[in-house]
Amino acid sequence: MARRRMKAAVTESRAVRCALILIALAWLALVILLPLLAVFSQALARGSRAFWAAIVEPDALAAIRLTLVTAIIVVPLNGVFGMCAAWAIAKHDFRGRDLLTTLIDLPFSVSPVVAGLMFVLLFGANGWFGPWLIAHGIRIMFAVPAIVIATAFVTFPYVARELIPLMSAQGKAEEEAALTLGAGFFQTFWHVTLPNIRWGLLYGILLTNARAMGEFGAVSVVSGHIRGLTDTMPLHVEVLYNEYNFVGAFAVASLLAALALVTLAAKALLEWRHRDSIAATGH
Amino acid sequence: MTITIDNLVKTFGTSSALNGVSLEIPDRSFVALLGPSGSGKTTLLRIIAGLETADSGHVLFGGEDVTNRPVQRRNIGFVFQHYALFRHMTVAQNIAFGLTVMKRRDRPSKDAIAARVDELLALVRLPGLGGRFPSQLSGGQRQRVALARALAREPAILLLDEPFGALDTKVRRELRGALREIHDRVGLTSIFVTHDREEAFALADTVAILSAGKIEQFAAPREIERAPASEFVRDFVI
Repeated sequence: MARRRMKAAVTESRAVRCALILIALAWLALVILLPLLAVFSQALARGSRAFWAAIVEPDALAAIRLTLVTAIIVVPLNGVFGMCAAWAIAKHDFRGRDLLTTLIDLPFSVSPVVAGLMFVLLFGANGWFGPWLIAHGIRIMFAVPAIVIATAFVTFPYVARELIPLMSAQGKAEEEAALTLGAGFFQTFWHVTLPNIRWGLLYGILLTNARAMGEFGAVSVVSGHIRGLTDTMPLHVEVLYNEYNFVGAFAVASLLAALALVTLAAKALLEWRHRDSIAATGH
Repeated sequence: MTITIDNLVKTFGTSSALNGVSLEIPDRSFVALLGPSGSGKTTLLRIIAGLETADSGHVLFGGEDVTNRPVQRRNIGFVFQHYALFRHMTVAQNIAFGLTVMKRRDRPSKDAIAARVDELLALVRLPGLGGRFPSQLSGGQRQRVALARALAREPAILLLDEPFGALDTKVRRELRGALREIHDRVGLTSIFVTHDREEAFALADTVAILSAGKIEQFAAPREIERAPASEFVRDFVI
């Protein structure tokens, strides 16, 4: 009895609590769940056969392949780069450190369309390197290289941004301890630094992957929209939508959404299976 | 092993941390570096360890110049104020770390490492805790593990940076006794940094008192109490 009264003193009344929970759930449903549901229901509006046909159609398959190839190239590159940058920034003090930190954030503050245009100015036919590239028969603009470069630019900060606060908070005492115990540079990195950041690193990589697959603006500018050749999944969705092919557009869109859901599920599963070591490393 | 510190100078930016420090530390002695914060005592300890480099001056171990020798090859044990245990490893893995990272041809066998870990756990009075993670231990237990880890490769020199600074008074007393006993039993040359006068005087054979990057006095506790070398020492000690 006494316990009940104590509890009432530190929490709101039952009605208020229920109302707050309902409001939160309604907002979540409206903003997140409903749109997701709409994509999947539209995709399946004409039945699963039409859905399947829209996905195995050659242009759609080419778009899926291009999106996956781009992600496979970009995610490891930015993963390694982000880890190195975070390590340098969080664990060392050097001239230009603040400048580097700001530069890493640049892709976040530049609009993706502007980012795309920057690469047109660099590699386009009238750009800085355009004439030289054409003279040597190297094709970057309106081809896969430009798509990879634009995607790499846009997803540049995710891993570093995820790791810098984590590594700064962890400090460098453990690394110093490893050195005093005779460990070399790579041993220290492999046995001490990496295990302490693995969950943050994984999360950064998943974010990079989600953005790499979903990027529209920058890729749209540099891709040239050649169907079956330089259309990624998001671009292909737009093309189909503009052609009033709603089943096709939503089928590819739902596949894109499904890829994102799978990554999230993978993350949740990993976190659940390794919850003890996550608690031990403190993030 | 004797430690010779010869005219060390170190500046950080515009502020100087060490202003020409020289010390002669005999084999098997237990030395305290005592001083207020900002006096340069931690910098001095980290230069002896090889975790910082001096701008000029030399460090010699047993007469051999180690000034340019990297920290990994100085064969020292180092104990950090906040333990710096590897949080993702068990206590046993922490203690074994210095042995498991050895080159294959020098590395003891798995059984030998396990035996050494048990021996060290017994030495620091934590038998049977090898399977725990650092987060499951109290502060005093963590520092004992850090001490065992630092001793695993049988260093001749043990360096401790405010080893009891994060612990409460009771645990501090206990650990102090344990440290002195281990120092005598293993035959180490130990240097520890502290800003606690009582601790330095209770534990050390010789105390070096630092102020503003200079050694004010380097003598046995009783000698310092009897004849403080300067106004600063008199104020700080009494």
